[in-house]
Amino acid sequence: MKKILLKAGALLMTGMLVLAGCAPKAAEGGNAAKTEKSAKVGFIYVGPTGDGGWSYAHDQGRKYLEEQLGVETIIKESVPETQEVEKVAADMIDQGCNVIFATSFGYMDYIEKMSKEYPEVKFFHCSGYKTTENMTAYFGRVYQARYLSGIVAGMQTKTNKIGYVAAFPIPEVIRGINAFTLGAQSVNPDVKVQVTWTNTWYDPAKEKDAAVALLDTGADIIAQHQDTAGPQQAAEERGVWAVGYNSDMSSFAPKANLTSAVWNWGPYYVQAVQSVIDGTYKSESYWKGLDAGIVDLSPLTANAPEGAQAKVDEAKKAILDGTLNPFAGPIKDQSGAEKVAAGSAMTDEEMLSFDWFVEGVEGEIK
Amino acid sequence: MEISLFLSAAVIAGTPLLFATLGGIMNEKVGNLNLGVEGMMLMGAIAGFTVGFQTNNPVLALIGAGVVGAIGAFIYAVLTVSLRANQVVTGLALTIFGTGFSAFLGQNMVGKIISDGMKAKFAPVRIPLLSQIPIIGEPLFNQSPFVYLGYISAILLLLYFTYTSFGLNARMVGENPAAADAAGINVELYKYIHILIGGAFCGLGGAFLSLVYVPAWQEGITAGRGWIAVALVIFAGWNPLKAVIGGILFGGLDILGFRLQGAGLNVNQFFLDMVPYVVTIVVLVAAGVKKNSLNAPPKGLGNAYFREER
Repeated sequence: MKKILLKAGALLMTGMLVLAGCAPKAAEGGNAAKTEKSAKVGFIYVGPTGDGGWSYAHDQGRKYLEEQLGVETIIKESVPETQEVEKVAADMIDQGCNVIFATSFGYMDYIEKMSKEYPEVKFFHCSGYKTTENMTAYFGRVYQARYLSGIVAGMQTKTNKIGYVAAFPIPEVIRGINAFTLGAQSVNPDVKVQVTWTNTWYDPAKEKDAAVALLDTGADIIAQHQDTAGPQQAAEERGVWAVGYNSDMSSFAPKANLTSAVWNWGPYYVQAVQSVIDGTYKSESYWKGLDAGIVDLSPLTANAPEGAQAKVDEAKKAILDGTLNPFAGPIKDQSGAEKVAAGSAMTDEEMLSFDWFVEGVEGEIK
Repeated sequence: MEISLFLSAAVIAGTPLLFATLGGIMNEKVGNLNLGVEGMMLMGAIAGFTVGFQTNNPVLALIGAGVVGAIGAFIYAVLTVSLRANQVVTGLALTIFGTGFSAFLGQNMVGKIISDGMKAKFAPVRIPLLSQIPIIGEPLFNQSPFVYLGYISAILLLLYFTYTSFGLNARMVGENPAAADAAGINVELYKYIHILIGGAFCGLGGAFLSLVYVPAWQEGITAGRGWIAVALVIFAGWNPLKAVIGGILFGGLDILGFRLQGAGLNVNQFFLDMVPYVVTIVVLVAAGVKKNSLNAPPKGLGNAYFREER
């Protein structure tokens, strides 16, 4: 008898432990009344909001949305890019959500399926390309901000070699590397950008070590397309410089950080949810840049070189008034062959399926 | 690719694995399979970081990491030793708990970094003579004192399990708890003590990441290293000294890809990520075929001990 009691107690405690670990952090909302004029918004994140990077930036946008519109939001962190996301979305809808933001590329097909199952719910999917009646695809032209950050790095480097820690060889990352390189070359034609793939979005220690490996090959600036600030730390420790991504990473590396290409999702989230509340929602493919404020360059730090601010302002103004397009020809690829002729520019489709590096990038797409 | 630079990076990458593996060995030597390594590492990582950030005292930071890691292990010990719950399920629950616990405590630590004064205390210290050994001297003996703590712990554990009566008693508990009980050994006490110390080691492994390796707090900072450590315990054949070699090897494989890319060689990172596990399977097969007791797991591993059921 005693043994059975013990076993039951053990089972109970184990169960409690699991529940304690699983419980989502956001406050559970009540059964929010679903009137036409209100919205309850669910956010699905691929990483933890404490990553200081990608999901953190989205969560800042969510907070801004709450402040501006006073709508109720719930979140779920670290949702894998598997069928799991369907369950999470269905759970959010059960809790009264009528707007869902799914903030990772891999959610796309699942969200598409869910959008057909729940026609009355409005879905927003980040960084994909599929849309339905009630599913919008949204993203920002962060390559414009990367181009600006490249200008700062190109002016700063002494060895003319910049290390770039990158996650996976997909068009989004390749586009960023190319824009960064072109930006750096616009002020420093001799600059080379060496790319290292980590094959992970999220591993601070590994990302840092990839940066260390790049510094060991003679780079004196680290740029990154990763979701954590690990690479910034490598530059900080070696006394060299770094360019951040996702959010302003200057606090992670106060002596190394020059600037960061940042996301600013807040205004878009306000606008999107407002359209649902007003009943003016229409599904679309949203891909805007500096003009909409969805991407930007964080303020240059004191580490940035003299004159960089002026150059950045100049380029930013040119991008905003349409006289500068980072991907306007002539652009050569790594082999020196001309891919974009002078006088023409890459189309959105071409940019969305980028699979080659511009001249000056060292590394392979594999 | 300079070989000593690579080896040096491999030793650093291997140190969190080493501590976690020592923690795993402590657990398994007394017959408890603890899959909560990842969770205890995360608990130690946030505790070490928080204490280090607040006090700027490296010793207190390490104590904090160890104590909180041991608290995680204590939950596991109550469940599996006193209440005889299933060890696998409890271990998995501990990992989930530790992940949530560290994220919760770390909410306000994101973006904070360790002060320069604190970093200086963990800076590499060159050991005279030993660091002059060609090739391996510099990578092994010009490292952070935290790394040396790993070596020393491994050696002490080996001596403990081989030569001291307490260590031999502990092994007996793991091999055959009934016989140990009959010999007058307090089985539960031995299990508790070793599981708790094991948890402290796991906590230190996590703290190495948040205090020395990264060093900043980011959620999920261990990124699966606790699971590699579970495999490493087997790879090392439950031998603390082999855990040092295993840690450096697994750590080295983890970062080899970047160095090869830098040298212009392209080896698929996915392939390299796979190698440690393939090696572990090979070691398991070899141990199974040879059937010697040297590299075999403790016989009582994974089983709860009921005195009445002898």
